[in-house]
Amino acid sequence: MSKITIVSLAALLAANIPSGFGQSGRDHINIVGSSTVYPFATVVAEQYGKTTRFKTPKIESTGSGGGFKLFCSGVGVEHPDITNASRAIKSSEGATCAKNGVKDIIEVKIGYDGIVLANSKKTAALRLSAKDIFTALAKQIPDASGRLVPNPNRTWSDVNPSLPAVRIEVLGPPPTSGTRDAFVELAMESGARKFQSLADLRAKDEKAFTAIAHNIREDGAYVEAGENDNLIVQKLQANANALGIFGFSFLDQNSDKLQGSFVDGVQPTFEAIAAGSYGLSRPLYFYVKKAHVAVIPGMKEYLAEFTSEKAWGPDGYLSDKGLIPMPDAERKAVARAVKELTPIQFK
Amino acid sequence: MNNLTEGKAIAGGRAMDIVRRGLARRHAAERRFRLYGVAAVCLSLLFLSVLFISIFQSGIGAFRQTFLRLEVFFDPGAIDAGDPGAGDYGALVKRSLRGMFPDVTGRGELRELYALASSGAAFQLRRMVLQSPDLIGRTAAVWVPADDDVDMLVKGVYDRRLPETERRTSDRQLGWIERLEMKGRIAKRFNSAFFLNGDSREPELAGIRGAVMGSLYALGLTLLLSFPVGIAAAVYLEEFAPRNHWTSLIEVNINNLAAVPSIVFGLLGLAVFINFMGLPRSVPLVGGLVLALMTLPTIIIAGRASLKAVPPSIREAALGVGASKMQMVLHHVLPLAMPGMLTGAIIGMGQALGETAPLLMIGMVAFIVDVPGGLTDPSTVLPVQIFLWADSPERAFTERTSAAIMVLLAFLILMNAAAVLLRRKFERRY
Repeated sequence: MSKITIVSLAALLAANIPSGFGQSGRDHINIVGSSTVYPFATVVAEQYGKTTRFKTPKIESTGSGGGFKLFCSGVGVEHPDITNASRAIKSSEGATCAKNGVKDIIEVKIGYDGIVLANSKKTAALRLSAKDIFTALAKQIPDASGRLVPNPNRTWSDVNPSLPAVRIEVLGPPPTSGTRDAFVELAMESGARKFQSLADLRAKDEKAFTAIAHNIREDGAYVEAGENDNLIVQKLQANANALGIFGFSFLDQNSDKLQGSFVDGVQPTFEAIAAGSYGLSRPLYFYVKKAHVAVIPGMKEYLAEFTSEKAWGPDGYLSDKGLIPMPDAERKAVARAVKELTPIQFK
Repeated sequence: MNNLTEGKAIAGGRAMDIVRRGLARRHAAERRFRLYGVAAVCLSLLFLSVLFISIFQSGIGAFRQTFLRLEVFFDPGAIDAGDPGAGDYGALVKRSLRGMFPDVTGRGELRELYALASSGAAFQLRRMVLQSPDLIGRTAAVWVPADDDVDMLVKGVYDRRLPETERRTSDRQLGWIERLEMKGRIAKRFNSAFFLNGDSREPELAGIRGAVMGSLYALGLTLLLSFPVGIAAAVYLEEFAPRNHWTSLIEVNINNLAAVPSIVFGLLGLAVFINFMGLPRSVPLVGGLVLALMTLPTIIIAGRASLKAVPPSIREAALGVGASKMQMVLHHVLPLAMPGMLTGAIIGMGQALGETAPLLMIGMVAFIVDVPGGLTDPSTVLPVQIFLWADSPERAFTERTSAAIMVLLAFLILMNAAAVLLRRKFERRY
């Protein structure tokens, strides 16, 4: 090839590539965050992409903590616009955001999700109380005198004589998961409070109490089964004595093979979680940078789609996917706050 | 004298006995050794066939999709002829379903009825009207995809005999489905959406097209970058570089790079290409660059091996008839080494096609619906799409994951078969 051809080709390449660099004028919404909210956010994104003229948002499943880290690293087109979370933003994360210039974060609560302890339909459903869950899974439990000892319980009947005499084997999320954070806060803490010695400790020193309540045993009875809930479902079908901890949407999709355990007398059904009678339910959120709303095309329309009745209402397509909708008044209030782009105030 | 020869004869006879006995043992050992080899080959073929058969069994169902035949009246009242894209096609689908089961009333029952057809049915009607606007005002029979729960029921993945509480379709829906089957309005047809659509949250509408295009763009860039650079580096290192301390150091480093876990290249891509150079996340441009870095050592090593295999007599003969060193390398050695280099390159490409770990780090694991149109559009690649679908709760994604694995394996087998055929055809034995 002649020298002129080579030089002109190189110049052509060099001229073309910079148009994509630096994402100047990114035309799609960039979303990161929780793997629990991911199934719901993706449905809304697809509907939004099909019904409006904007491009479908790109959604990554990084986990709630990872999502906040990316979200709070700054304002600009190379940073994500929205982060999904299966827990509320911590004040330390809010401080990191403010330090990196991310002020004015809008919090949007989208609904509730139940955490279920499910087992295969081949055996009977377990009837557990919060105290049973804590006694079975905590690393240290108080003995008869109130002193903390390493958890000696090997079978469910050791925990509670009315439960079957099978080995305790629970497959659950790892510490990086928002579902695990919610599970320890809801189930383990309320179970720990049933012990008098721990309830007294909570009144005296809250930090020590949470350290004990959130500490899950590592001797093989609790198996960290990663973020892949489909894998947990398969393992539960193979091992009828194991329990799995995951969100309600997975139980809903596999209701022909799995059943949820009764927690404090209530079985996890859509109606029970919506009515608030099932204890292990937590709200799901997503957070939006107000600074990006004016810059990235289509963000207002995405927010409108997510907060519309046909998405998050009781007859909406998100409830078909297993999201428990908020009560009517709460939905209206959140929709109004989103429309006016009201930022949250950190205490 | 007789004793001596007799002695020798007897000693010779005993020796022959010993040899003969040893011979039998030796032959037996050789037979056993051959048997071990055959057993090893059979065992590996057994594992391979178990893998293929299990994937084939779980994935073959995904190539057929259940369709419903609806009689749709394209009502001019619902569709404005001036703006056909904005018509309420969902209402047309609902009306058609109500027309087939006029006795269904009540909000809950109607919701169950509407749930029989996929949410993509409305968008299919919209596409039909945009293509041929003369449909407005006419009635046509349209085959629309059924919802994934109906699809799983018809395919037998959900057992019909289970009680209602254990099924995802209610008894009423089961009754309607059976009536539709009797009338011949439910059929399983070839699932073209699997090959033509991008990703979707609805399994009946999900396809691998976006992932395949992303793979093609990334691999195309990888080939473009790594093949010329790799061949040039191999030629220089083998033919022109002086044999000293520095070149041995380079050789050791290249061999090391070929063994480095691929996720390290992903971290490199994240640190250098995305954070330092500011390239966008999740685009095939960065994916191609990372995969090119990963494939480069493989191509260099394969290139050097094929250059070494060209006998020195060719080089001497070329130099002998008056060629310069450059001419000798480019006109004589390189063409003879090219088949081996191509084989190495194809095998390297095959490895790059199946790589997931480095692409996870640069953000190519994301839900992306639109099919990428260029190097800077966000996209995923086929192995990552398989990974994402394996994580989805909908039951219908299980068979689609296996079907996508089958497509990936088919590509890999094709590429490796091409490499073997190329070598067979062009190889010269000396």
